[in-house]
Amino acid sequence: MNINQNHPLLTDNDPQEELVTLNLGPTHPATHGVFQNVLQLDGERIVSGVSTIGYIHRAFEKIAEHRPFYQITPLTDRLNYCSSPINNMGWHMTVEKLLNIKLPKRVDYLRVIVMELSRIADHIICNTIIGQDTGATTTFLYLFQFREHIYEIFEEVCGARLTTNIGRIGGFERDFNAIAFAKIRKFLKEFPDALREFEKLLNRNRIFIDRTAGVARVSAEQALDYSWTGPLLRATGVDYDVRVSEPYSSYEEFDFEVPVGTSGDIYDRFLVRNEEMWQSVRLITQALDKIEKEPKGIFHADVPEFYLPAKEEVYNNMEALIYHFKIVMGEIDAPRAEVYHAVEGGNGELGFYLINDGGRTPYRLHFRRPSFINYQMFAPMSKGMLLSDAIINMSSMNIIAGELDA
Amino acid sequence: MEETTVNHELLQQLSTRFGERITSVTEPYGLLTFETGKDSVIDVLGYLKNDLGFSFLTDITAVHYPEKQHGLAVVYHLHNMVKRLRIRLKVFLSEDKAVIPSATVLWNGANWMERETYDFFGIRFEGHPDLRRILNMDELGVFPMLKQYPLEDPNRVDKKDEYFGR
Repeated sequence: MNINQNHPLLTDNDPQEELVTLNLGPTHPATHGVFQNVLQLDGERIVSGVSTIGYIHRAFEKIAEHRPFYQITPLTDRLNYCSSPINNMGWHMTVEKLLNIKLPKRVDYLRVIVMELSRIADHIICNTIIGQDTGATTTFLYLFQFREHIYEIFEEVCGARLTTNIGRIGGFERDFNAIAFAKIRKFLKEFPDALREFEKLLNRNRIFIDRTAGVARVSAEQALDYSWTGPLLRATGVDYDVRVSEPYSSYEEFDFEVPVGTSGDIYDRFLVRNEEMWQSVRLITQALDKIEKEPKGIFHADVPEFYLPAKEEVYNNMEALIYHFKIVMGEIDAPRAEVYHAVEGGNGELGFYLINDGGRTPYRLHFRRPSFINYQMFAPMSKGMLLSDAIINMSSMNIIAGELDA
Repeated sequence: MEETTVNHELLQQLSTRFGERITSVTEPYGLLTFETGKDSVIDVLGYLKNDLGFSFLTDITAVHYPEKQHGLAVVYHLHNMVKRLRIRLKVFLSEDKAVIPSATVLWNGANWMERETYDFFGIRFEGHPDLRRILNMDELGVFPMLKQYPLEDPNRVDKKDEYFGR
């Protein structure tokens, strides 16, 4: 007698009699964010998928048309909230480009430190979560502690941790204090050991390689066709990095490598992000050395028309009071022009397209959000993939819902 | 300036090819910007992509100028990664006939960028495989980034703050 009479054994290759519709999201623990995918499953294999996004759309582009420049910085915080400082700096630099403000070198180097720290924080989140999703919780717990250390540095620099609103147009709101520098040096001393340990746990780990290598391969042609940027594009072998291609904030003075992968699979993306963390450590070390050689205490450009004066100046100095009033009330003329500025965000090219009509608010502001543009390939590339592979594919794309929906 | 000569050469190549169809050339902050008509936009984009090396589509978006006769501008940003050059292309459309051919024939990545532009400005991209709203709900009924729609309910008085622009 056949024991499987009622429940015939099916292999992976046998087609199922009917497809199952699975709503992955909007709030699913495995998607790490609020977005939905309606998947048609044949057994465990995905037949087709439709992505639905927009669950946390907050109309930032519309709000930005009603806010003066300095009030838009908090909006940029909430794009990719895993690396807010990069967004903040990108926005400041866009306005500085519009206003033709040249920054002192020391400010550029301070910005490099802040941006590279947040790049490390961003990549820590992505890479440890790939580990987590493949079943390696340990790695998540080991490295995530250093994200906390980075947030402590941000807290010392600007008072906030996640949505930082760090810096101002023309520089920083205050100088880094001695504790901040001490914490950065402590981080640089301790982080490499932890990262090395993290790499030892995963890089040659048989289970991890089996889960990631060769999964979700993307060719360079495909990636460029879908306008991918950032670590995802570099994993396919294209060495495009905004920091090198259009250096901003004095990146051209720094010595660093742009790591690239070969096959564009999840394993390559993981390795590229790991190597970028090493490069960020190099960049921060160099920036600290360069700051030593610069005159102390300079943390903003000398542009009184755009940079808010210190409060005690405002109370005691006529000019400062006038500028304070004019800046807050938006009485300062800015050129009527349009400008596009891009920075290398955690996920790729983060662009700001700003049209100014001479009013107190932008006429139009558009964010080129890498997560939004990278994510559109997810549903087409999931076809024929196992559901569990699609999940780690999503983790490795590091889709941040805030940046996806704006 | 070096950038200016490069842009100048580019412009010459474009004008020899398209002549009168390239208009309003400017160069704000070193980024070559020009306009073209909606009938020639795919030709121009294809020429930029295949012959001039601008093979990377950075972004598609739109701008609304209600006081102009052709009040909707579709803006394309392209990138030549090898020569490290960017270029900006604009197409002005009239508001009552906001239809333009889709760039999805050239780049798959244009898909969501065009859906987003449709969602917020109501510009219809002809030949787009799946032109639906993307961030807003399907029942919204308006295209919210058009300038006639206020940020907040204008009937509310408790949040009026003229001095701060809201």
